[in-house]
Amino acid sequence: MNSTSILSLLIWFPIVGGLLTLMIGDKRGVFGRVAALFFAIVTLIISLSLLSDFDRSTHLMQFVELLPWIEPFSINYHLGVDGISMPFIVLTSFITLIVVIAGWEVIQDRNSQYMAAFLIMTGLMNGVFAALDAILFYIFWEAMLIPMFIIIGVWGGPNRVYATIKFFLYTFLGSVFMLISLLWLYSESGTFSILAYHDLQIGMTAQLLIFFAFLLAFAVKVPMWPVHTWLPDAHVEAPTGGSVVLAAIMLKMGAYGFLRFSLPIVPDASSELDTFMITLSLIAVVYIGFVALVQQDMKKLIAYSSISHMGFVTLGFFIPFLIYKDSGSMAGAAIGVEGGLAQMISHGFISGAMFLSVGVLYDRLHSRQIKDYGGVAKTMPMFAAFMLFFSMANAGLPGTSGFVGEFMVILGAFRADFWIAFLAATTLIVGAAYTLWMYKRVVYGKVTNDGVAALKDMSRREFLMMSILALAILGMGLYPAPVVDIMHASVDHLLEQMITSKCGSCL
Amino acid sequence: MSLNSTDLFAVAPEITLLTMACVVLLVDLFITDEARVITWLLTLGSLILTAIVVVVGMGGEGSAGSQLLFGGSLVRDSMGDILKISTLLIGVMVFLYSGSYQKERDLYRGEYFVLGLFGILGMMILISSYSFLTLYLGLELMSLAMYAMVALQRDSLRASEAAMKYFVLGALASGMLLYGISMLYGATESLNLTEVAAVVQQQGGEKDLNLVLLFGLVFVVSGIAFKLGAVPFHMWVPDVYHGAPTSVTLYIGSIPKIAAFALVMRLLVDGLGEMVVDWQQMLTILALLSMAIGNIIAIAQTNLKRMLAYSGISHIGFLLLGVLSGTEAGYEASMFYVITYAFTSAGAFGMILLMSSKGFEAEEINDYRGLAKRSPWFALMMMILMFSMAGVPPTVGFYAKLAVLQQVVTADMVWLAVAAVAFSVIGAFYYLRVIKVIYFDKVDSDAEISSPLASPKFELEPVGLTLSLNALVVLALGLFPGQLMVLCQSAIG
Repeated sequence: MNSTSILSLLIWFPIVGGLLTLMIGDKRGVFGRVAALFFAIVTLIISLSLLSDFDRSTHLMQFVELLPWIEPFSINYHLGVDGISMPFIVLTSFITLIVVIAGWEVIQDRNSQYMAAFLIMTGLMNGVFAALDAILFYIFWEAMLIPMFIIIGVWGGPNRVYATIKFFLYTFLGSVFMLISLLWLYSESGTFSILAYHDLQIGMTAQLLIFFAFLLAFAVKVPMWPVHTWLPDAHVEAPTGGSVVLAAIMLKMGAYGFLRFSLPIVPDASSELDTFMITLSLIAVVYIGFVALVQQDMKKLIAYSSISHMGFVTLGFFIPFLIYKDSGSMAGAAIGVEGGLAQMISHGFISGAMFLSVGVLYDRLHSRQIKDYGGVAKTMPMFAAFMLFFSMANAGLPGTSGFVGEFMVILGAFRADFWIAFLAATTLIVGAAYTLWMYKRVVYGKVTNDGVAALKDMSRREFLMMSILALAILGMGLYPAPVVDIMHASVDHLLEQMITSKCGSCL
Repeated sequence: MSLNSTDLFAVAPEITLLTMACVVLLVDLFITDEARVITWLLTLGSLILTAIVVVVGMGGEGSAGSQLLFGGSLVRDSMGDILKISTLLIGVMVFLYSGSYQKERDLYRGEYFVLGLFGILGMMILISSYSFLTLYLGLELMSLAMYAMVALQRDSLRASEAAMKYFVLGALASGMLLYGISMLYGATESLNLTEVAAVVQQQGGEKDLNLVLLFGLVFVVSGIAFKLGAVPFHMWVPDVYHGAPTSVTLYIGSIPKIAAFALVMRLLVDGLGEMVVDWQQMLTILALLSMAIGNIIAIAQTNLKRMLAYSGISHIGFLLLGVLSGTEAGYEASMFYVITYAFTSAGAFGMILLMSSKGFEAEEINDYRGLAKRSPWFALMMMILMFSMAGVPPTVGFYAKLAVLQQVVTADMVWLAVAAVAFSVIGAFYYLRVIKVIYFDKVDSDAEISSPLASPKFELEPVGLTLSLNALVVLALGLFPGQLMVLCQSAIG
């Protein structure tokens, strides 16, 4: 394998694989999904080789590919990864495999189209994380909506059409303003290279406008309060696989956008608005946490919990500004950004696992309502054990990956301001409350209805995907150092960019 | 003014098409209804032949740069050539699409083909016109052919009404244009665009002259807006699109847009380029209103033809964005936009033709329910076309919008770009609704499955084949739009 084109391979192999799966169709029985499984496994293997060849000591882009693509627009096919984006490509490939396994028997209607949509989406999502050309990034970013739109609309729940159109329009609305900013940056710099934007001098007014345009695009995707309302709808109606990808990968793209675009391109505006961003993050963490507490629908509860957890991520990203303003140096500020990143990866595993757990129940009883369950532990002991572990991880129990990110962000917050840390830390209580309370009502207690009494425990397929995820969560929880190591050089470089003013004396 | 061979060579495409149109007219007189396929093939042949003549002419001597012909009343330049080739090729597609539809509705007559050819001839003259006289000649030849085509289904009340509306409003528009032209003529004492441009440049500053010019400009712009179908001169568009037989809607909804773009370029840019500041403001208002009204009213439509009519209005708004930025790059962007729009729009109307069958017009959006089950392939094609119209990558519609927006941003009109994208988000909704109907809606009863819709025509028939090709090219151009853009750049730069 030629290591210089490994990123292209990670983008195009699953897309071509998806198209082949589409062509195989459903008439050839199980063949379509076997092919899909094969493509997913190979993609994961390729992404692991990315992991092993990655040089941890530099913040420079690696595996760079640069080809002229659309010359009249000066758009290049420019790919590359650093410590910030590389882990997400591996995560995406990993989650795809889980989704393929999860949809194996569950999706009866047009199974191969379902698998194909996910494979194509994997390629596009890898493209988002690997793109270093602004328009290439935007193309992947938008194109990704199409398969997701179809997935929710075709295989979703009863209210799927409303949810999927809301999802599409919300995200589309956010991203077109980003497009205008990118075009403006092009008119200033004459290039679409994201890395060139990092060094571009921009005046304060322009920075603020660009910041808000980016904010609209990324905040919708994260999603941050108050533009989060599409997420519960989309999650509830999406099929299990759709929810998993949405929570595990797509939400991360918004946060990734902050790191790749907002912070390095408009650092002065970001620094100026740090309190605003931290306030929004804290509202997400605290208020949405309470909203999650009162949900009756399991998927909705996990969706709100995702918003709350993503609030930690954005909090971690903007904490360094406060630390810098207090102490005049970025020493110790890295822990905020790294904590945010760790939280993103860990949330990818945990939210995926939580949605799969709900999916396991939903496949059996076709209900997501908490009140329809109770006493599941009696009939599905193995499942109950897994779900307990995932719930604990969601609540941030030490030893699981959920703890790592939250702890790092809270630690960073303490260095900045006690009260921010205090508010953020309440999530440890609220998070435990809503997750464990849901767990208690679903899994413990008496068996209240015949449906639950007739439940069968997990199949081997379900056991397989659950244990893979459990291992990942546990592994990252016990020994997070390798993950943080990968990011370290890139995060330090990012922090430097964040305090390098771009407009002379504008502050 | 004397005739010489260089001039005649340069108009060889027009001469070819005129000759062929007459041949088609004559041949059709002598064949029976059963053998009408000969007319059809002959029509396609003439268009292809004319396109070849244009291409050969492009490679000829003195073809670089622009060439004034017949005492400056016509021009041959690479913009004209490329617009002509696009018109002719999309014209070929139009006739490929409409064949079987016409046959099933007793519209499969020589008149349709001959009128279509003469309309295209008018467009070609319009594209290469360089004086007010030839410009008006081309415009009227095109318009008259189209009025008659709309009225082709003469027993249909709806079609006759549409034709009447089209004719009355079209005549009004021509009147306005003529009135404006007469003002310009009075001020500059010339019909020739080269001379008009020179006079405006020299004496544009004089106050009295300026007033007359401005007055003329207002009427010219209104006339152009009528022909383009830009708000507030758009009233005829939905009714005509809806009332005309779909094969004719396909015709008037696609290629005349290219000619109308040429009209804008010749009149405003080549002729009155010095007054850019004045017409820029007018076009800004037209563009904003078109995008707003077009996109918002399209949401309320249940009829696909009407929806596409309003969507067409909003696309005209986008098209004007490139022109009003007033730079060469802006014109290139608009040219790219209009060619890709005409192409995509042909595909969308082609879809209606494909789904219609004898005695059944598939023009309600709900007629497409469950298409994904009945014909996954065509559902996919329609999805590509709709996403392209909405401007979602990786389809060519995205680059069209990107190119135009880029010029608007470069021209320091960021607010206009913001408004444009906001309206395009609104626009995305009704395109998504079509996809929703195709992919997500379940067919309720067996009755619907056994409707004529149940079996779209086989993929290998001309209509299906053309549609597949059309949609796949939209996708391919979305992945590699570079060549077409280079072409547009070479045309204007």
